[in-house]
Amino acid sequence: MKVFIKNVFKYRYLLEDLTTRDLKVKYRRSLLGILWSVLNPLLMMMVITAVFSSIFKVVENFPIYYLTGSLIFNFFGEATNGALTSILGNSPLIKKVYVPKFIFPLEKTIFAFVNMLFSLLAVIIMFIILRFVPSWTIVFSPFVFLYVLVFSLGVGFFLSAISIFFRDVIHLYSVFLTALMYMTPIIYPESMLESMPAIVSNVIYCNPMYYYVQYFRNVAMYGIVPSLKDNLICIFCALLSLLIGSLVLKKSQNKFILYI
Amino acid sequence: MDKAIIVSNVDMHFNMSKFKIDSIKEYLIKLFKRELMYQDFIALKDISLEIPKGDVFGIVGLNGSGKSTLLKIISGILKPSKGYVKIYGVIAPLIELGAGFDMELTARENIFLNGSVLGFSRQTMKDKFDEIVDFSEMEEFLDVPMKNYSSGMVARIAFAVATITQPDILIVDEILAVGDFRFQQKCEDRINQLMSGGTTVVIVSHSIEQIERLCKHCMWLEHGKIKMIGDKQEVCDAYKNS
Ligand SMILES: Nc1ncnc2c1ncn2[C@@H]1O[C@H](COP(=O)(O)OP(=O)(O)OP(=O)(O)O)[C@@H](O)[C@H]1O
Ligand SMILES: [Mg+2]
Repeated sequence: MKVFIKNVFKYRYLLEDLTTRDLKVKYRRSLLGILWSVLNPLLMMMVITAVFSSIFKVVENFPIYYLTGSLIFNFFGEATNGALTSILGNSPLIKKVYVPKFIFPLEKTIFAFVNMLFSLLAVIIMFIILRFVPSWTIVFSPFVFLYVLVFSLGVGFFLSAISIFFRDVIHLYSVFLTALMYMTPIIYPESMLESMPAIVSNVIYCNPMYYYVQYFRNVAMYGIVPSLKDNLICIFCALLSLLIGSLVLKKSQNKFILYI
Repeated sequence: MDKAIIVSNVDMHFNMSKFKIDSIKEYLIKLFKRELMYQDFIALKDISLEIPKGDVFGIVGLNGSGKSTLLKIISGILKPSKGYVKIYGVIAPLIELGAGFDMELTARENIFLNGSVLGFSRQTMKDKFDEIVDFSEMEEFLDVPMKNYSSGMVARIAFAVATITQPDILIVDEILAVGDFRFQQKCEDRINQLMSGGTTVVIVSHSIEQIERLCKHCMWLEHGKIKMIGDKQEVCDAYKNS
């Protein structure tokens, strides 16, 4: 852990450089630049609302319900998907200089986090448009951002390592991510879980993303103060993920160079 | 005398399985057929050496004798299968061509990227940028993607970035060989200048004259083993006469 922090410090310029490079690449050829991070979720929201809000009438403020859920989930998706190929993608660098490998998935996670902060603007814009006044509990939202950041980082570490040995993980993961999205109440109301078959709802209760999404909605939409239990579940998943991810990455990182 | 690099009983094995396994299916099939046996290839065998601070150390040997592999182990890019390497100070590696450049990016972007890999801040790089460009004489090509560079041009940029501050240890693998004679002269001057400032330099080159000119000590690698190590003249003479 001490080595980890020391390395982050030592390679902070590299982190900074890679992140700005990613931002530049992402927005280089688009006219609207970084605005896309704001517009994208808004456009998505319009489509989803048009299609689903009449089906799921029980959900109040459907646009906000969707946006808050997708904000958290999309961050996770983007971070882990980026981390997945992050080490492979930097193989020219790794072959010629020593760089601690965790830098690359860490960078992708930070990059996704920056994008999420922009997308957060979209949520705020909808608050204003719909004249929705969030309750004071929204001050708890940095906690869930931190939890989901740590959780995604762990998953990203794991994926970035494993994808070097088994390239098909790259293809499998996009399927997995889609499945996970349906296993998280983003579009459909949470109350639907009760009417689902027990197997399905139990699987959903095992999905950490369910708790992160729920936490954020509770504090941002419903004005519910998160209980100690909510926090503990979120922290537990985050730390477990980080632990497994770091161990896998640490154990395997010396072999990467022989596989890329 | 202070040591800069200690290499102790280093072995490097590569498993040269005939088929590269990189999918789960292949892995399972091989596992079932019990074909996961590896063909061991020994690239380095029992290498031990100590390089004192301020030394210029040359490594000679035929193609495939393990020179680049040894340098990669010294730079920490590869982990040895056995033994260990100790490094005292900041290391600037110039391993083969490319030196960690992303060929899709322009030279300008790569200079900054390379600088940050070596641990320099953006500000330092901004301050040193002109000096780097001057030294490499590449200002016309700064905004061209590096994939369109000639190998000598890549080497120029790489050498300029790595030597812009005084590293404790500089590793130069073949990179001088692709530069033209003027640039080689310039690099040798720079190496001499760094050396007088206390930098330890490790050079791999197929140009014996260059090794003779620059180095104090030299090592001859053959099939991954040390054939001879010691004073540069003795080693170079023996190597030439082999
Ligand atoms: N990643 C690797 N996987 C398998 N074998 C490798 C790997 N890297 C190097 N080798 C083998 O190790 C041996 C030594 O290679 P190395 O690149 O160190 O040679 P070299 O002395 O630098 O040669 P040259 O003079 O051509 O640069 C070679 O036989 C090479 O095939
Ligand atoms: Mg070589």
